[in-house]
Formats: sequence, C-alpha cells, structure tokens
Amino acid sequence: MTRQARTDKSFPAAGGQPAAAPEELAILGIGLPAWNRLLLVAGLVALVVLPFLVEGFTTFQMTQVAIYAIAILGLNLLTGYNGQFSLGHSAFFAVGAYTAAIAMNHFGLPYLLTLPLAAVISFLVGFAFGFPALRLEGLYLALATFMLAIAAPQLLKFSLFEPLTGGAQGLVLMRPEAPAFTGLDDDQWLYFISVIVMLALFWLSGNLIRYRIGRAIMAIRDNPLVASALGINTPLYKTVMFGISAAYTGVAGALSAMVVGFVAPDSFNFLLSVALLVGVVVGGIASMRGAIFGGFFILYIPTVAESFADVFSKGLSWAAYGVLLLAVIYVMPSGISGLIDAVIRRIAQPKQAPRRTDPAADVATAGPGPSNREKK
Amino acid sequence: MAFLQVDGLDAWYGKTQVLFGCDITLDEGGVIAVLGANGAGKTTLLRALSGMVRRQGRIVIDGTPADQLSPEAVVRLGVAHVPEGRGTFGRLTVEENLRLAAIIRKDAAGVRRDFTRVYDYFPRLHERRSQQAGTLSGGEQQMLAIGRALMLAPKLMLLDEPSFGLAPQVRRDIFLILKDISRSSGVSMLVVEQNAALALDLASHAYLLETGRIVLSGTADSFLADDTVRRTYLGY
Amino acid sequence: MELLLQQIIAGLATGGIYACFALAVVMIYQAIDHFNFAQGEMAMFSTYVAWQLMAWGLSFWLAFGLTFVFSLVMGAFLYLVVLKPVQNASALSQIVAFIALMCIFNSLAGTIWDYSVKPFPSPFPETALFGALVTGHDLGMIAVTLIMLAGVFYFFKFSTLGLAMRAAAQNPESAQLCGVRVQMMTALGWALAAAIGSVAGMMVAYKVFLEPNMMYSIILYGFAAAIVGGLDSPAGAVAGGFLLGVVENLTGVYVPGGSELKLTFALLLIVVVLMFKPTGLFGHRVVKRV
Repeated sequence: MTRQARTDKSFPAAGGQPAAAPEELAILGIGLPAWNRLLLVAGLVALVVLPFLVEGFTTFQMTQVAIYAIAILGLNLLTGYNGQFSLGHSAFFAVGAYTAAIAMNHFGLPYLLTLPLAAVISFLVGFAFGFPALRLEGLYLALATFMLAIAAPQLLKFSLFEPLTGGAQGLVLMRPEAPAFTGLDDDQWLYFISVIVMLALFWLSGNLIRYRIGRAIMAIRDNPLVASALGINTPLYKTVMFGISAAYTGVAGALSAMVVGFVAPDSFNFLLSVALLVGVVVGGIASMRGAIFGGFFILYIPTVAESFADVFSKGLSWAAYGVLLLAVIYVMPSGISGLIDAVIRRIAQPKQAPRRTDPAADVATAGPGPSNREKK
Repeated sequence: MAFLQVDGLDAWYGKTQVLFGCDITLDEGGVIAVLGANGAGKTTLLRALSGMVRRQGRIVIDGTPADQLSPEAVVRLGVAHVPEGRGTFGRLTVEENLRLAAIIRKDAAGVRRDFTRVYDYFPRLHERRSQQAGTLSGGEQQMLAIGRALMLAPKLMLLDEPSFGLAPQVRRDIFLILKDISRSSGVSMLVVEQNAALALDLASHAYLLETGRIVLSGTADSFLADDTVRRTYLGY
Repeated sequence: MELLLQQIIAGLATGGIYACFALAVVMIYQAIDHFNFAQGEMAMFSTYVAWQLMAWGLSFWLAFGLTFVFSLVMGAFLYLVVLKPVQNASALSQIVAFIALMCIFNSLAGTIWDYSVKPFPSPFPETALFGALVTGHDLGMIAVTLIMLAGVFYFFKFSTLGLAMRAAAQNPESAQLCGVRVQMMTALGWALAAAIGSVAGMMVAYKVFLEPNMMYSIILYGFAAAIVGGLDSPAGAVAGGFLLGVVENLTGVYVPGGSELKLTFALLLIVVVLMFKPTGLFGHRVVKRV
C-alpha cells in the first residue's frame, strides 16, 4: 500500500484514506472537537449573560426551558438509554413539586434543601414503581405508566390527603427571593438556580452514561436476554434507572413549583407526560443536548402552532400542533440532535484536505433505520 | 433450459454494495450449494433473488424475468425462501404457520396432501401442531421453516443456512430430508451454507462466494478435490 | 346481597363500554403489533360523523352503516398517509405520530362541531330493567359487543385473511416470503380497527354524551381491559372490560374513598394482574430465545 505524500502526524496512515476517521473532520479548518469546546464555552457565556439582556418574562420562560430540559433528560435516561417506556413521568414531576411545596409550606424547609429532598422522594417512588414495572415490557409498561399519569391527579385531590396537598385547590407557596448581595431580581435568581441545577444534572448523567452502569443499561436496552446472560443484574439496573429517572424529573418538578409559586393536581396530568415524551423524541432519543432542544420545543411550539392556526380558526391550534409534530418526525426521524449531526457530517471537511466540490460525497453511508417491527 | 439463471447480479445492503456481478445457473430439479465465510454475501444473494434488497442484473426464474419483482410476486413464481433465522411466526401455532404458507394456493386437495407430507417428514411438528411456534426448539423451528416452504408447493427452494445452530444429529436428519425432497419431488434447490461438508453432499454443483464475488464454481466433486476449499471450508 | 347483585349488574353495563373498546384495541394490536393511542379520538370523530348524518335526517341504522364504511376508509387512509412513512422509525416516533393524530382529531372535532355536549340517540328501547340499573340500551350495547367479538374471533381464528393479517403484524418480512401482501394487510387492519372503534363510539355516546373529550378516560379503560384480558385474545379483552366495569363499581360502593379513587384502583388491579400474569389473564405466553 502506498503511503500518501503528505502525512498527518495525528493520523497513522491507516490504509491511506484520511477521510475515514471522524475526529479528523473539520469545519472552516477547525476540528470538530475544537468546535465542541468552542460551542460549549459560547453556550455557557450565553447562559450567563442572557437574563441581563432580555425582559423578565423571557427569563421566566428560559427558566422553564431549563426545567423541562431536566425532566426530559430524566425521561431520556429511562427511555433513550434504557429502552423503557414511560407515559407516567408527569406523576414523578408531581411528586417533586408537591414534595417541595409541602416541605416549604408545612415544615418550613428552606427552598434549596427541598431539591435534594424532592430527588430522594421521587427516587424512592420511582424505585418502588420500578419493581412491578420490571415484569412489564414495552406496551405493558407504557400502559402501566399511563395509568400512573392518570391516577396521580386523583390521588392528589383525594380528600384524606387534603390537609397536606390542599386538594383540588392545590398549594400556593412563597416564591424564593433573590438574596440582596447578588443584585439580581427574583426571576434572574431562579433562572440561575435552575440553570446551575440543570448543568450539574447534565454533568452527572454524562458520567452515568459513560461508565460501567451506562454500558450495562444500554446493553439491557439493546438485548435484555443477552445482557442477563452476561451477568448484568438486569432487574436491579432497571429498577435503579427508574428511580434515577424519576429523581431527575422530581427535581424538575420541585424547581417548577418554586418558579411558578403554585402547585395544583391538574397541572400534572397526562398531557405533561405527553409533552415530556414529545420533548424526548423531538430533541433526540438518547441525546443529552437533545433534552435542551426538547425543552424549547415543548415550551414554544404550542404558541407557534397557535399563531399558524389563527390564520384559519382559533380552534385549530392543536391540529396545527399535531401537523407540526408529524412534520418534525418526518423531517427529523432522529430528532433535532440527529439533524444537527447530519448537517455537521454534510458540511464537515477532512482536515487540511483540499475542498471538495460535491458536498454530498461526504455524507456518511448509513444503513437502513432501526426497524421497530423486527421480531425477536 | 436452466430453471434459475442469474447474470451479473449486483446487490446492496442499505447503501453498501455487497454483491458484485454474480453469475449462477441452476438446472430444473438440480441442487447447488453456495459456500462462503461469514459476511461473504450469501444471505444477501438469497435476499436479492427474493427481491428483498436493492439489486441490479438479470434474474430469470422459470423463464420469467424476476429482477424487478416484489417478494410477494417472486413467491408466486414458485420460489420458497427459507430465511436466515427461520422466519417463524412465534405467536401463531405450528399448524397456522403451515396454513399461512399455503394461502396463495388454490388447490385445496394439494394443500391437504402437502399437510400430510410435511407431517410425515416431521412427526414432531404433528405432535406440536396446536402449540405456539415460538415455543419450539431450534431444530423444530428449522423443521417448521422447511415445512412452510413445502406448503408453498415450490419449484425452487432457497435455503439460508439450514444447519445453523443445530445439534449434529438434527443437522444430519434435516439434510437427509432435504435430499429426499429433492429426489422425490424434483424441486430445485439453492443451499447457502457455512457447513461445506453437508452442503457438498447434498448438491451436485457449488459456488464459492468471497467478499461478494463468485471466485470458484464447479461440480461438488471438484470442490471436494480442491485443496484450498478443503483446507478453508472443510477443515482437513 | 341484593345491593351487591345490583352493583354487579350495573358494573357489567359500564363494563360493556370498556369491552367494546378493548375489542378495538385488540384488533389494532393484532394488525400492527402496536397500540394506537389515537384510537379513542378516531372513534370520537367517527361518532361525530354519525351524529352529523342523523342531524341531516338519516335514520340511526343508516347513519351507523355509513359511518362504519367511512371509518374503514379513514383507517386505511390514516395508515397509508400518516403512519406508513414512519413505520421504519423508532417506536417512540410512532407514539409521537399517534399523539399528533390525537391532537388533530380532537381539535378538528371541536372546530367543526364545537365543544358543547351533544346528546346521542340509542337505537334500542330505553326501558329500565333490574330496578333501573340496566336499560335496554345497555343490553343492546352488550349484544352488539358480543356480536362483534364473535366476528373478530372468527376472522382471526378461521379466516385466511385474518391469519395473513396476524402474520403480517408479527413478522412482516417472513409474511412477504409466504406471499402475503403486508402493506395491504396493515391497511386493512387499520380500517377494521377504526370501524370497530366507530361502532364502540356510537354505542357509548348515548351513555357518556358526545363531546370531543368523551374518550379520554374510556379509551384508557379500553387499553386496560385489553391488557388485563390479554392482547392476543379478543375474548379475554371483552372479559377484561366487564371485569373492570364490575371492579370499578364495587370499589366505588364498598371501599372507603373508592368513588374518588376509581382510576387508582383500576391501576392497582392492572398492576396486580400483570405482576402475576404478565401476558394478561387470557393471553398466551411466548418463550423468547436469544
């Protein structure tokens, strides 16, 4: 095999095809890993300066995006990485929100301490639910969790619990105030709390996925039978993942209770579960940054749909939302995250190689999409 | 006149080309074996013949050009493809699996005869006829797959690794039955195998597939006599 | 004792509603190996079509027949236009497609026929039976469900088309190799499921009244009944529907707090059933091999 005339030090001439290794790709002469770091830093800077540039309501909305992103990430840990369905995450969101509200209102717990408490309690509830869920697969699990989503508001309204939960009326809580030394207003303060919690949880799940437990849970997703044959304690991992997933969503719920300053049973109905699932799929299954895109989608797209629909009739806004959803899964079957990857593959050039005239030549070859109709 | 004539067949798996210009001839009533290592393109060859993957080239089955036909249409030419993994319908009973394979047939009497024939070949299937097919053992599922193929009343059987994952005794039984089917009903067979010894015993002619190209063809005896084939695929 | 009996009879009457939908759920599951979460909304839309036809002066049974045909076409159309393009996408993407359909149907019905609650007629005599617990309509509805059950059972068990449809859903590739036209089977499965759903909708609308959100909890019970009974067993699904109706009624009466927590108890029942019998009471177990 003849060696190429110009050798690249970081590339040990593997067969003389420099375009093959993905880390050698570059856009505008900058390698992809460098782009990643650059975008990460830019994103962090944007997160910090944003609340000083926009008005209070937008800050409030950005806070909600961060909260949804946490919840979506939690669901994604279960659905995307572990292959378990859940249509019941609104219930865990409710557990977190009510934990925070009750701890603050009835027990005077400082609001920051309610976050770990919400995480612990949601974890326990999720773990407990994970046990029966263990015996269920796919659709059965989807249904059991669906029932959980439906039952949660009923339980919260249940008269025996009313002294604690406030029944159908819900609970009003004091919105946390920004400490004077920070010089921030309350919206900005809550924004920073939420964003910091979000970043911490993202970092945590990144580690979770990379290390042993992550490999184990993904093995379970891809082939449960083989995974257990390899000695992975499938039931334990699955149940723990249910707990962790619930804990993430519970923390999101607790933050949401603080930010909104109000909890009521009907805000945690099945539609919230649906919104979270839509967020997972639209953002990108098994993609961490996808959770943020998902957060934006579920906060803003209903409004966008409404303005589309206004052209015809106000009542059609949900129809417009449905059509938008369909459009998204047709155009981006692997979510926004997948689309971005595809775009990067399309525009990236092999580092230092001469520019090609045909960009399509660079598209990576891909096999047919995963078929959900494959049978065991 | 050859029953199956393939000229210059290319085929793709997704966007990757797997087969390059394959030529194959199979006489009516004949049995040929296609040998090759894992990933040589054996399964893709069968799938290309059945119309399940993108392909290009000339395929003539029983005088009919078949390179543009859908899998359902290829079946109607009398081609029974016993797929990799056996293609069992796990939640249907054994009998329903067999019934299903006969749905395109119009001759009720012939179907009844073939039921008897399948159950004669494989008494085990008769014992388990009302059991869900998913509960069968690997060998029984292979029997069912061959039984399904027979229920199509085929003129050509495409067999994808019929020995795969079976115990030696079961393997031998299956190949004995295949031999008998070929002799008694005059059906043509194309057998794809990794187990060259079994395949060459069944077939009269053989082809060797390496990375998507046919690199050797000839009579089964000439294959058995070839040193390279013997060392690589027969292991002695 | 008499109260118990009365409650059981009343429960069977409610259970008839769930049984109706459970049957539609099993139908679609057999045809596409999947749930259709939009099934309730599709049935709701069909029921509105029937209402509209009657508002234009057609008799109940004529409207019923036309709606049945309309639903067949709608089901096949939805599959070919909306679901077929995503059938190779992940299961989650498909669920999102179902969610999208739910939104679209709900919003369309609300826009075309507004959100006010409309009464829906019954073709059966409205005489009250068994101490006013059961009406002629209840019996008629149960009869219709049982007739549909017999039809579905026969179709799947004995007809060639039903066999081909089950095969196409379970293993499309292998079905193709047996000469089954898989796309056509799936479209037909959608059509039949939509039609059965429309019958269920027209039967229950008399009891729950017609409005865009009428199916929200009913379809849930339908899914639950189908799961409790076993997704591959039409008879099990119907039995599951009746069982659910009875349990719901009895907990409402005999368990303290039961009337507030009906759904919660239904959830518990399902979880308990699935714990002990993961494929439902009447479902078949399939052994999986690596």
